Amino acid sequence: MKGFLIKAVLQIIPVMFLITLIVFILVHVTGDPVTLMLSETATDEDRRVLTAALGLDQPLFVQYFKYMFNLLQGDFGTSFRYNTAALPIVLERLPATFELAAASMLVATLISIPLGILSATKRNSVLDVFITGFSVLGKAMPSFWLGIMLILFFSVYLGLFPVSGRGTFAQLVLPSITLGAAIAAEMTRLIRSSMLEILSQDYIRTARSKGLWETIVVYKHAFRNSLIPVVTIMALQTSTLIGGTLITEAIFSWPGMGQLVIQAVNARDMAIVQAAVFIIALFVIVSNLLADLVYRLLDPRIKI
Amino acid sequence: MGAQKILEVRDLQTNFKTEEGVVPSVNGISLFVRKGETLAIVGESGCGKSVTSLSIMGLVAEPGKVVGGQILFHGQDLLKMSKKDMRKLRGNQISMIFQEPMTSLNPVFTIGNQIGEVIRIHQKADKKEARAKSIDMLRLVGLPHPDKVVDHFPHQISGGMRQRVMIAMALACNPELLIADEPTTALDVTIQAQILELMSKLGKELDTGVILITHDLGVVAEMADRVMVMYAGEVVEEATVRDLFEHPKHPYTIGLLGSLPDIDEQREELDTIPGMVPNPLDMPSGCAFHPRCKWADAQCKAVKPRLAHYGNDHYASCLKAGEVH
Repeated sequence: MKGFLIKAVLQIIPVMFLITLIVFILVHVTGDPVTLMLSETATDEDRRVLTAALGLDQPLFVQYFKYMFNLLQGDFGTSFRYNTAALPIVLERLPATFELAAASMLVATLISIPLGILSATKRNSVLDVFITGFSVLGKAMPSFWLGIMLILFFSVYLGLFPVSGRGTFAQLVLPSITLGAAIAAEMTRLIRSSMLEILSQDYIRTARSKGLWETIVVYKHAFRNSLIPVVTIMALQTSTLIGGTLITEAIFSWPGMGQLVIQAVNARDMAIVQAAVFIIALFVIVSNLLADLVYRLLDPRIKI
Repeated sequence: MGAQKILEVRDLQTNFKTEEGVVPSVNGISLFVRKGETLAIVGESGCGKSVTSLSIMGLVAEPGKVVGGQILFHGQDLLKMSKKDMRKLRGNQISMIFQEPMTSLNPVFTIGNQIGEVIRIHQKADKKEARAKSIDMLRLVGLPHPDKVVDHFPHQISGGMRQRVMIAMALACNPELLIADEPTTALDVTIQAQILELMSKLGKELDTGVILITHDLGVVAEMADRVMVMYAGEVVEEATVRDLFEHPKHPYTIGLLGSLPDIDEQREELDTIPGMVPNPLDMPSGCAFHPRCKWADAQCKAVKPRLAHYGNDHYASCLKAGEVH
């Protein structure tokens, strides 16, 4: 266990290093922040002064070493747009992002686990066809469409939930349903097929031959065995949600990571982009690590 | 042996629906088991012996279905029993050991949890009692360090040990009937002998009736009191084990016995039964075995033989039972 954690943490270092390198190069070769920052009447002299002031006149590798040198001291550079340190701006968005991600995963889990299990145990029944249909629909619906429909119906027509913003529980409901529905759709199908596979295993027949209640056979013996692929998908989906969900955030004016990153990219606000990608990457790695730990809890055959 | 019949199956019919049509996997089987007695069911793969046992347990899964007959356990028809009553019987009065010890235990729960579960559900024991009883059962089936093994997961012990765990689980509630479906097929020969010895010893000790399903006539000779030979979903011969080995009446039984190696005889090749098990969707006319039978004639092709009594509880379904040898 301890060894596993140490190894995992050591593996993070080269991965993060590579990510900073790739993002740095991508950000620096794909656009010029100076042009965007200057007014249309600026002279060449203005441009030269600003470029020098931002340190962009130096060779790329010198800039990179400076960047890494500062980064190792916890300094992600200064945002051109906000003119303050980049990291706090990114970290400020994290609570909103986490809140939405957690709520969406909760919605997805609460919907998909019972539906997936029902669908598998009542295979080929009307209920199964209905649930499968629902999950295909959920997967096919674009989130912007679902988001807008939810707003129209629940906010505009019924007046139950606020249209946008963040702060109250009511404001969290619609965006998390919008995001949760698509994830629930995918997870329902996964749980169904995983359960079907497990329910045909020999040890399920053994469990039945012992005279156990069917509920125990399904929820104790089958469900736990079927969870491994589900945990994998949950980890992947959580990383996606942490990375920001631009469209849903935009629809509901949710002040999350997605909005921040897209604005920063458009403005060539290098420090923000780099800091945000760094933080997002870190969370992707951590959520995969957590999934690994959960596998080990679920299945004793997976050794730590 | 005049002991009481605990199980009596009459004219059991179990079908499987396939895309090509309905397959009668078990076609009118009748059998009985007395208290403390071992009945062996022998036959090739696909002859319906496993489906017979699952039918008795009420565990035939879709697309299979028991469509006819009676399964009388102490005179009560299991096929008419409610799901709830049937559940109370399973693992308690009737239990089962399966062929594949490697996959028959749930990989994510400890041995103690899986044995304890049966004890808790049928004997209303609490966790502590169930654990103590599980350790006792593990000791009974001869596992070393039962107090440690009880906390092991299935992957931490060998196949032979897992089969002992399965036996411990099956016998935990002192069942009156134990169905063992090829319990030793997946094991090494040396382990096979140990497991069979254990089953036979515990069966005698606990006075359990046993249905032993196997394709191994060596196992039959070792374990059984009576033998039933199945072919293509039907019983073709039934006799006491001694009678069957000494005076087989059905050509199929004769073929099976002839395909056994004899330690006293030097032979290059063993006898085989020519041909294949018939396709259940395209059964031969008359006697199902006639295409593979060297004694078959026109009559065998036309008339379906019935089980006939040849004295001393010896039954066979062959028109030429008197002539073949």
